[in-house]
Amino acid sequence: MSIRLQEVRKSFGPKPVLKGFTLEVRDGETLAIVGPSGSGKSVLLKHVAGLLRPDAGSVLVDTYSVPDLGRKELIQLRRRIGYVFQFAALFDSMTVAENVGMGLRRMPGWDAQRIAARVAECLALVDLNGLGDRYPAQLSGGQRKRAGLARAIAPSPKFLLYDEPTTGLDPVTTTVIDRLILRMSDELGVTGLVVTHDMTSAYRVADRITLLHDGRARFTGTPAEVRAAGDEVLRGFVEGDPDLYFGSGRD
Amino acid sequence: MAELLLRPFAAIGNLTLSGLESLGRAWRLFSSAAVSIRSTDVWTPLLLPQMAKVGVASVPIALFIATFTGIVMALQASYSLTGAIPPYFVGTLVGKTMILELGPVLTGLVLAGRVGANISAELGTMRVTEQVDALETLAYDPLAYLVVPRVLAGILMFPAVVLLAISIGIAAGWFTALQLLEMSSAEFVKGLRIYFAPWDVWFAVIKSLSFGAVVTGAGCYCGLRTEGGAEGVGRSTTRAVVTACMIILCLDAFWAAVLL
Repeated sequence: MSIRLQEVRKSFGPKPVLKGFTLEVRDGETLAIVGPSGSGKSVLLKHVAGLLRPDAGSVLVDTYSVPDLGRKELIQLRRRIGYVFQFAALFDSMTVAENVGMGLRRMPGWDAQRIAARVAECLALVDLNGLGDRYPAQLSGGQRKRAGLARAIAPSPKFLLYDEPTTGLDPVTTTVIDRLILRMSDELGVTGLVVTHDMTSAYRVADRITLLHDGRARFTGTPAEVRAAGDEVLRGFVEGDPDLYFGSGRD
Repeated sequence: MAELLLRPFAAIGNLTLSGLESLGRAWRLFSSAAVSIRSTDVWTPLLLPQMAKVGVASVPIALFIATFTGIVMALQASYSLTGAIPPYFVGTLVGKTMILELGPVLTGLVLAGRVGANISAELGTMRVTEQVDALETLAYDPLAYLVVPRVLAGILMFPAVVLLAISIGIAAGWFTALQLLEMSSAEFVKGLRIYFAPWDVWFAVIKSLSFGAVVTGAGCYCGLRTEGGAEGVGRSTTRAVVTACMIILCLDAFWAAVLL
């Protein structure tokens, strides 16, 4: 197994966000975590990357227990993890090429020539050829997301974490991003964890889908199993029915 | 009724607790940043650009303030020193005040607004747009990348800017004395030299060095603690400037008590 979260609990002040979340992402698969906005999906992803520490429970990535890692070990683990941020989180003061090359500059044995070649390769992979010298402010939303993806894959990570990769994009660009996620899995063989509330996208990219509800994993199954499931909360989320999702009597 | 009476005590208690909490957080941030100094490969390429941004770019505003302070000091000294006090004391007053107090403190306060606000707004924006998280995921130590070069630039460049401001302030005072107060150059220089002690310059350097650390440190701390979008960035920027100004004035009194 490659990513395993066991009984993860996390609160911010008095508000519990994760209440014993358990999940297993198998080696080489792409798993989508779905759930409404504010349900704690991004919080979950940040635990996997070691950006947040759980109040209780364990987060294992390969053999590493993420919350127990020291600074150096965490840096080593992060070289194996690519993180695609919801709003790309590109560095404003740098060009796209400099952004994509950022992670490579920290890798031992990478000189400027090798970095430039890899940056060009990654930009080609996400169809951003020739845009390397632009600044993030000069890119469209979809281009920014693709640049963020190029930056995440540049150090050839084993794991890719996607935080709402298609939020705010038009349907065509959403499909483009989804195809890229599939390419990352098929061509690069990375293990993917996608956080999204877009069911169309989840069906398209995921081998398995988990519904995060009330701080716990409510349902996990293949897209076909999700479509066939009778769980009311899952049905409510998939069909966008608040009565089913929250239970009758709630607006 | 009892609750109403207890309210001020509760407010004082809450204020004390939040102050201690901030102190603890600041201590943790800067002790971690001190450890991050070891990551020289991360911060050394960023030090020179930060020195230019913190120091060189602050020179015009620092000199502007110093020039007018020097002029006003000379005019007010001439106005105040009447009767038996010899006119060359104008030089003494301008020199001593610029070196010991106005040069370092005024420059420190002005740079708290310029540099502290800039750092806090920049890091605050990076925090709310997840750029700081992105740095971490790309295997960078954000303290080595963001905090260390800025604070070191402040410590190195503030004394240089302050010494320049002091020189220009004294020169402006000397020019004013010559042009408006009908003093001779020899008289002004005599006053300047008569009570001059080299230690005064070291005193100014030590003060400005600490002000540099405070201004950049407050900017980094408040910036990295930013929460909640554009409004949060505005709040942390204000907090950085106010905190830096308050600490500068406290430090000013502290150094005067300890070193003079």
